[in-house]
Amino acid sequence: MSSAAAAPPSALSAARPRARRPPVRTVYRWELRKLVSQKRTYLGLGLAVLLPLIFVISQLIRGHPPRGADSIFASEIFQSGLATPVLMLTFLAPFFLPLIASLVAGDIVAAEDNNGTLKTILTRSVDRGQVFAAKALAALTYGTIAVFLSAAVGTVAGTSAWGFHSVRTFSDTVVSAPKALLLVFAANTFFLIPLLTVACIGVLLSTITRNSAAAIVGTLGVTLILAIVQQIPGLEGVHPYLLTTQYFAWQGLLRTPTDWAPIWHSAWVCALYAVPCLFAGYLVFLRRDVAGG
Amino acid sequence: MEESAPPPADGAPAHAAAVGQGDTLAGAEPQPVRARGLVKRYKEVLAVDHIDLNVGAGDVYGFLGPNGAGKTTTLRMALGLIVPTEGTVELFGRDPLREGARALEGVAGFVEAPRFYPYLTARKNLELLAALDGGDARERIPEVLEIVELSPRAEHRVGGYSHGMRQRLGIAAALLRRPRLLILDEPATGLDPAGMRDMRLLIRRLAGDGITVLLSSHQLPEVQELCDRVAIVDSGRVVYEGALADLRRQGGAGYRLRTTEDTRAARVAGEQAGVTSVLADEHGIGFQADEQQVAALTVALGRAGVGILSLTPELATLEDLFFRLTEDGAVAGASDGGGSTPPTEKPAELVQAP
Repeated sequence: MSSAAAAPPSALSAARPRARRPPVRTVYRWELRKLVSQKRTYLGLGLAVLLPLIFVISQLIRGHPPRGADSIFASEIFQSGLATPVLMLTFLAPFFLPLIASLVAGDIVAAEDNNGTLKTILTRSVDRGQVFAAKALAALTYGTIAVFLSAAVGTVAGTSAWGFHSVRTFSDTVVSAPKALLLVFAANTFFLIPLLTVACIGVLLSTITRNSAAAIVGTLGVTLILAIVQQIPGLEGVHPYLLTTQYFAWQGLLRTPTDWAPIWHSAWVCALYAVPCLFAGYLVFLRRDVAGG
Repeated sequence: MEESAPPPADGAPAHAAAVGQGDTLAGAEPQPVRARGLVKRYKEVLAVDHIDLNVGAGDVYGFLGPNGAGKTTTLRMALGLIVPTEGTVELFGRDPLREGARALEGVAGFVEAPRFYPYLTARKNLELLAALDGGDARERIPEVLEIVELSPRAEHRVGGYSHGMRQRLGIAAALLRRPRLLILDEPATGLDPAGMRDMRLLIRRLAGDGITVLLSSHQLPEVQELCDRVAIVDSGRVVYEGALADLRRQGGAGYRLRTTEDTRAARVAGEQAGVTSVLADEHGIGFQADEQQVAALTVALGRAGVGILSLTPELATLEDLFFRLTEDGAVAGASDGGGSTPPTEKPAELVQAP
């Protein structure tokens, strides 16, 4: 730093223009860039790519559909490659996709706490609310990418293996391949409702616990507890209001005619979980002490 | 803690004397840091106990205290990172707690070690921070990297940086904001001697450019060299706030005398009115007196037939004063603990405790 004494003055003492507060999208863009730069980001996305591939390869080796499968799509996979992403969504929805979403959501605030970088970004020209909004959006974006990546890989691998053909629905009706493709996209889109709710829980726990592992495990723990409650006899009355029940609401799209009721139900039930979580996380983030690092 | 402005510190910039010490001139900008009754309590632990701070425009303000005294907690409250249990802090008249990032306009720095994203390069880290600053901060990245001499390592990941390099990157990140107030918490920690020297040069340069510096440091010689005003905190309370020169002056202006006959000289000094804390040792005779009495003593020594080999003033160092304030609980007398004020008693004019 010996050049400091001889340094040109512009960075030090030149006229100071009034700084304009950057918008949330700038903070959000940098949150994504941070995610892209971290190896752990690719762990979840790698899982989202690998699982459909493993499934397709294993079925190709096996050579026949699984016997006694309870999903119509399980018996359909050899008829059309478009059954694969639907079956994969059924397999991955209860655990793996929530796990992937919680990997980033549970880490996104807590990692900054652990690194001590929260104080670095909170002493710049952005408000805490902006930082929280950008982080929540980044976590939701990651969950969305994971779902569509898994669906895309399942679709490409499935159609490569078994062709782009019409598919039989849960109502035993047949839909054309292009429409089936649209339904695959729609099913994954509506699955985002409960999945992003899981991400909201993750963001809340990440903000509260300040510990990535605790937040990730805690998020999964919440979904597992709800899944267990779903299995307990005598508690059938609460099933429609459990987050885990909403994981399969998208299946209403694969009926003829389309059954929208579970999807709308899922939307408002998930809102009951997601909105308070995000709001609580926001309030905690606004008022919390940043004492670490 | 409202006090009248003391005379300018030795070597302090004239503008510091003019608008420092918490004053806000009519029509002038509000003072860079103004804290009133700051308290931070963690359950049973009172980390900060009614701290008042007055950092005036142009001050190079030293913030001193032993570990756990509450310095960093205070700085975090100033930056809006921690919510005070009681009290307020304003930066240029704005409360970070109420106004958020707007209150940090023109303010930069770091508390404890500066932290960055280890998986990003130095340049990417600065680009991120520049994006969060808005304006033209991004354009200054090459320049600030040059200032802290990190240009050759700008494309390296921060994860591989040494502690000293991170400190320098912290300075670069602060300079991106073109601050009017720079808050630095132990900026020289972990730096080698050359790095410390360069950091001092940089801080002096920044202060010379009119940037107000709030410097928390354990490097007492560094503070003594750089700062014109100091606050010393102990156990969460301010035990002194004011001009460093005043502190040193009042902390005990002593003299050291070497003569041809020290034993007799010590006796003469002990009998001389106004000469106190006389203590003879192998290095000569230490005593305290004002200038008039010193002059009278030299005459008395001459009359007694004692030759004076040397007579040198000894101003208490900041280190002496710091330890006396934070350990002995007093700033008085010479370092031998004697003097006109009992060592266990803090002189009222020095102690600014609320």
